[in-house]
Amino acid sequence: MKKSQTRPIDAIYLALIYLFFYLPIAVLIVYSFNNSSYSLVWHGFTTNWYHSLFSDSGLWIAALHSLIIGVLAATFATIIGTLAAVSLYRYRFMGKGLLNGMIFILIVTPDIVMGISLLLLFSILNMPLGFWSLLLAHITFCIPFVVVTVYSRISGMDKNIFEAAKDLGARELTIFTKITVPLLLPAIISGILLCFTLSFDDVMISYFVSGPGFEILPLKIYSMARLGVKPELNALCSVTFILTLLLVVLSQKLTRKES
Amino acid sequence: MKGDNNFRNFSVAIISTWLGIFALFAFLLVLFASFMQPDSNKIFNFHFTLSNYTTLFSSLYVIVFFKSFYIAGACTLFCILLGYPFAYILARKTSRWKDLLLLLLIIPFWTSSLIRSYAMVAILKTKGVLNNFLIHLGIIHHPLQLLFTNTAVMIGLVYNLLPFMILPLYANLEKFDNRLIEAARDLGAGKVRTFTKVILPLSLPGILAGSILVFLPAMTLFYIPDLLGGAKALLLGNLIENQFLLTHNWPLGSAISVTLTAVMGIMLVAHWLSSKNRSGEDFL
Repeated sequence: MKKSQTRPIDAIYLALIYLFFYLPIAVLIVYSFNNSSYSLVWHGFTTNWYHSLFSDSGLWIAALHSLIIGVLAATFATIIGTLAAVSLYRYRFMGKGLLNGMIFILIVTPDIVMGISLLLLFSILNMPLGFWSLLLAHITFCIPFVVVTVYSRISGMDKNIFEAAKDLGARELTIFTKITVPLLLPAIISGILLCFTLSFDDVMISYFVSGPGFEILPLKIYSMARLGVKPELNALCSVTFILTLLLVVLSQKLTRKES
Repeated sequence: MKGDNNFRNFSVAIISTWLGIFALFAFLLVLFASFMQPDSNKIFNFHFTLSNYTTLFSSLYVIVFFKSFYIAGACTLFCILLGYPFAYILARKTSRWKDLLLLLLIIPFWTSSLIRSYAMVAILKTKGVLNNFLIHLGIIHHPLQLLFTNTAVMIGLVYNLLPFMILPLYANLEKFDNRLIEAARDLGAGKVRTFTKVILPLSLPGILAGSILVFLPAMTLFYIPDLLGGAKALLLGNLIENQFLLTHNWPLGSAISVTLTAVMGIMLVAHWLSSKNRSGEDFL
C-alpha cells in the first residue's frame, strides 16, 4: 500500500465526518448571537446574551468554583502523576505490575463507576459533599492521564542520562529536579492543561460527589440544558467550548513540537 | 548512599496510597455494598444477601439491561462502520494538512461532551436546524419528530463517541506494515480478500480498543438520553443514577455497577488476547 494521493471520494468522506463533528458546535456559536429568544430563525446580530451571561452572579460563582477546583486538581494530579510516571519508568518496586494495570484500568473504567465508588467512600467516611470531595475526586480521575502523557515522553528519553548523573554523584532528588523535570517540562505542562480541561468539563463524576453548597459550572450547564435550548445557554456553552478548545490546542502544540 | 532510596520510596508510596484508597478501596466498597441489604435510611443494612443480583435479573431491570446493551452495541457498530474507513483513509494520508486533521480529531476527545450533546439538541429540535433545512430543500413538508426519540439518542451517542473509535483504530492502522498487503497481492489475493484476510484481522486489537472506549460510555453517559431521549431510564447509566440519587437503593445501584465492571473485564481480556503477540499500544 503506497502512501498515495487522496482520492476525491476519500476527501469527501473525511470532510463529511468533520462536518458532522463540528457543524453542531458552529451552529451553537452562531445562534448565541441571534437576536431572538425563542426561534432558531435568524433575527439579526446581538451580543445581548453575552451581556446577560456576564451579569449573572450565580454563574460567576459557579465558574470561579470550577476554576479553583480545576487549578488545584490539575496541579496535584500533575505532581502525583509525574512522580508515578518517573517511578514506573526508572525504578523496580514491589507491586509495579499492579500499579501499571490499575492506571490502565482506571482510564477505561466508565466514569459512572468511579463516581459512585467515590460517593460510597465519602459517605462511609462521613465526609460532607462539596469542595473537598470534588477536589479529591478530580485529582483521582486526572492522575492516569498525566501518567500516560508523561510516561510516553520519558520512555523516549535516553536512560544513560540518568546513569551519567548518578555516576557523577547526583542524588535521586537532584536528578529529578535538575534533569528529569526540565526535560519533561513540555509533557508536564501539557498534562496540567489537559487535567484542567478534564476537570473543568466533568459532569459524570462531579454529579455524584458535589453538594448543594458548592456549585460548579458543568453541573449548572447540565441543569440549565435539561430545561431546553436557551440563547443564554448557547452563549455560555460557546464561551466554555472556546476556552477549553484553546487549552487543548496549546497542550497539543507542546507535546507535538519535539516528538 | 543509604538515604537515597527516600525519593523513590516517597514517589511510589504517594501514588500507591492515592490509588489504593480512591480507586481500589473505593471500588471494593461498591463490590461489598452490592452484597448488602438495601436500607432507605442509611447506606446499607449490614446483612449479606444476593438479592440485589437476583432483582437485577428479574423482568423490569433485565429489559433495561438488554435495551442498554442493544443501543450501546448498535452505537459501537455504527462507530466501527463510520470510523474504520475514516481511520484507514487518514492513516494513508501524507498531506501537509495531516497535523491539523489529527488535531481536529483530538479536540472532541478532550472538550465537553455535555456541550456537544446540548448543541445536538438545537440541531434535532422540531423547529431546529435540521428540520428547517429539510423543509427548505423541499424534502419534507412537516417537521419530523426527532428529539426525544431513540434515534436522537443514537445520533447523540455516535456523535460523542465516534472519535473514541477512530483514535485507537488510527493508531493501529498507522503502524500497519504495508509490505504485508503487497505480499498478499503478489500471492494472488484480490482487494476484498486482502482486506478480510490480512488487514482486518491485524486491526482487530484496534477495533476492540475502540469498542471498549465506545461501548461502555454508550451504556453509562446518562445525560445523553436525558437531554435527547424520551424515556428516562433508557440506559444503565440512568438506572444507576436513579438508584443512587432518586430511590436511594445504593446496594442495587452498586450491583449494576459491578455487573458493568464485569462486562468491562471481559472486553479487556478479549483485547489483551487479541494483542498478546503485538506491542499492544493501541490505547492512544
